[in-house]
Amino acid sequence: MADLRTNFAGILSPNPFWLASAPPTDKEYNVRRAFEAGWGGVVWKTLGEDPPVVNLSSRYGALEFEGRRLMGLNNIELISDRPLATNIAEIKRVKRDFPDRALIVSLMVPCEEHRWKAILPLIEETGADGIELNFGCPHGMSERNMGSAVGQVPEYVEMVTRWCKQNTRMPVIVKLTPNVTNILMPARAARRGGADAVSLINTIQSVIGVDLDAMAPMPVVGGKGTHGGYCGPAVKPIALRMIGEIARDPEMAGIPISGMGGISNWRDAAEFMAMGSHALQVCTAAMHYGFRIVEDMIDGLSNWMDTKDYATLPDLSGRAVSRFVPWNQLNMNFRTLAHIDQKSCVGCGLCHIACEDTSHQAIARQTGPDRRHYSVIEDECVGCNLCAHVCPVDDCITMVPQPVDSEMTWLEHPSNTHRLTA
Amino acid sequence: MCPDIACGRLPDDALSRNFADAHPGLTAEQAALEADRCFYCYDAPCIEACPTDIDIPRFIKAIASRNIAGAARTILQSNILGGSCARVCPTEILCEQKCVHTAIETHKAVRIGALQRYATDWQMAQEAHPFTRATASGRRVAIIGAGPAGLACAHRLARHGHDVTIFDRHDKMGGLNEYGVAAYKLADDFARKEIDFLLAIGGISFQGGAILSDTLTLAALRQDFDAVFLAIGLGGVRALGLEHETIAGVQDAVAFIEHLRSHPLAESAVGRRVVVIGGGNTAIDAAVQARRLGAEEVTLVYRRGEATMTATPVEREWAQTNGVTIRLWAAPLRLETEDSGLRGVTFRRTDPDGLPAGTPETFTLEADMVLKAIGQVFLPDPIAQDQILIENGRIVVDAQGRTSLNNVYAGGDCTAGDDLTVAAVRDGREAAEAIHADFSNAGIRVN
Repeated sequence: MADLRTNFAGILSPNPFWLASAPPTDKEYNVRRAFEAGWGGVVWKTLGEDPPVVNLSSRYGALEFEGRRLMGLNNIELISDRPLATNIAEIKRVKRDFPDRALIVSLMVPCEEHRWKAILPLIEETGADGIELNFGCPHGMSERNMGSAVGQVPEYVEMVTRWCKQNTRMPVIVKLTPNVTNILMPARAARRGGADAVSLINTIQSVIGVDLDAMAPMPVVGGKGTHGGYCGPAVKPIALRMIGEIARDPEMAGIPISGMGGISNWRDAAEFMAMGSHALQVCTAAMHYGFRIVEDMIDGLSNWMDTKDYATLPDLSGRAVSRFVPWNQLNMNFRTLAHIDQKSCVGCGLCHIACEDTSHQAIARQTGPDRRHYSVIEDECVGCNLCAHVCPVDDCITMVPQPVDSEMTWLEHPSNTHRLTA
Repeated sequence: MCPDIACGRLPDDALSRNFADAHPGLTAEQAALEADRCFYCYDAPCIEACPTDIDIPRFIKAIASRNIAGAARTILQSNILGGSCARVCPTEILCEQKCVHTAIETHKAVRIGALQRYATDWQMAQEAHPFTRATASGRRVAIIGAGPAGLACAHRLARHGHDVTIFDRHDKMGGLNEYGVAAYKLADDFARKEIDFLLAIGGISFQGGAILSDTLTLAALRQDFDAVFLAIGLGGVRALGLEHETIAGVQDAVAFIEHLRSHPLAESAVGRRVVVIGGGNTAIDAAVQARRLGAEEVTLVYRRGEATMTATPVEREWAQTNGVTIRLWAAPLRLETEDSGLRGVTFRRTDPDGLPAGTPETFTLEADMVLKAIGQVFLPDPIAQDQILIENGRIVVDAQGRTSLNNVYAGGDCTAGDDLTVAAVRDGREAAEAIHADFSNAGIRVN
């Protein structure tokens, strides 16, 4: 069995699966259930100053796609709406009863040093393992100059991070917002401020849909809607890219990354680790199915690591990062061709019409009564993969890499007459 | 001895349950889930397998996107009787048999028939008719036979602006949908509701109790109307050719079903022990309905094997699930009587060709009622004087339903081809298009 024990910026947990700061980690009752279910850690739902914020009724909107629920989820909930003292007392009790689990406290107070200075000792006193600075919340709090309003300004990120590092012994994780043009700007700022680690991505500003009867964005609150924060399986590609950008950035080298954004199963987890994460956070999957989903995440990741001879998480972490390169470093001599396994073809014609209407007219079609035959016209096939993606049968269409005798990137390509470097 | 044939073998509530919808329609949620299974094939084999060429992926995609009006229109555009076809079509040997899902896992076809019913049921619950009539053309067409072929033809002609008069020997329209199909397949008076829906196009009138005869001749109709469409079905049933075939208790399955469909269930008599002879859907419908009326023992006897039964495997399983015993490779030899009443049927074993076997092995099934379902035949008598070309016992037509007589068209079971509701609908639709084209292109052809 692979060893899933995790050491993230000095914070230990029995596995890399932490629940992200969100409704599932709002109070003692939920967090105890999470730990009993096997989660390695939790990031407690963001604490702020008293009096606590007030949350609305009607909080989530969901994206359904062809019958699958919760492809994406957006929320308009704010930070913890319970008194600070209540949260502090509960955190203390839970940490005492689950000493082997990671318990991180997410924080968000206005951008004034004395306010951060005031709250940090209260957290320290709970015995929590670290803090996560919520610079990501993109709705409600950002309008009050907190959350992503801080995360979008690198100078603020650096400043607040530094205040925290100067005023606590606890490891400081900076949670980054994806609602920026270049994720490296706030990430580097966090490191300059002394961050021990970064976590990403927080939710993406979104309107999940429009209620066509109410003629208002969803979720509809008393006839009106607002933008929310978007998460769930649909955001995974955005998260993977941002994590990879940070993981390969020389200025960020070596910083621990807590990856999150749509992790739904062990396979997603492995991908996030491969792209440079050192630990993981999950929320939507738990909100969809309950805490028990961690069982297969742990089991599946461990089984897969065994098959690949990755004994520990550091063996896996960042494995794909060196192969995540800018476009201009890809080999332009590489060629892959679609291959159709005629025996498994069910004759639906989806490959043909996708290629014919929207790609390169590279799949020939012969039809007759009870006979549908599709064949790849190799001279026309550019190896775009579309046919393989639309085919409903597993492994019916495969992409076959052709032998390559040399490497040439755009930088050397004869068409790049100006020798552009990008 | 008096055969035990009686009405009301079961209490009324049991009868109502037994003849209620055998396969209730999908809920919106079930339909959405099922619709999402469809791959939306580009070269969809299901379409090729549908005699009426319904664009199945298109209507299923519309259900998936909750565009039910669009789904219904796509179906009804090709098949105005899409509602009854969704209920009576043997989809397991048509669209669903060809669904590409079956190539991935046997018996896991998308439930096309159930989805078609969902969309057409939705449409029929709406106030408005989805099609509009073209400007009146002034042309008049007579249709003989108010079954699926005649109705489909009438609707398409009416859409094109022609005036249609339908003649039928029954008081009600619908043909086999009204009088011939098992009640639980078209429950809740569906056949009549569908006709009400269809007639909403306008321009269609009906004359019941009218049969082609000395007083209503094809020649006269050809004079009075611009075109005539014959959809007269199969008027005759095959006989066993045995002694005592006319005694009480021996009945045509078609007549048995027609009586059941046109009378209250409590007035439908059935034997305590019933033997059904035949291997088609009429035999299955008769056998299962006999059971559901309260017959204690129902045995269906077919002279050959399963491979040549025209009832599909799904139909056979349905019969067996309903407690019908199916016996193969036996042909009726003798109707057994006692005191001039029916006592049973003696069968003789058959060989692989369905002929009496070399060894005279026989067995006797005791029966109070024998239902004959060994095939229906076209009766040419009503049009015998009209010199219309008939071959192999069916009216000869070209691909668009034109007969050998000018201005006379035919379709449905009285012409060659599969005797399926959906094939009849196609014939009616195609003949209507041919009639319309002939009106438009060449004016009215004269004799």
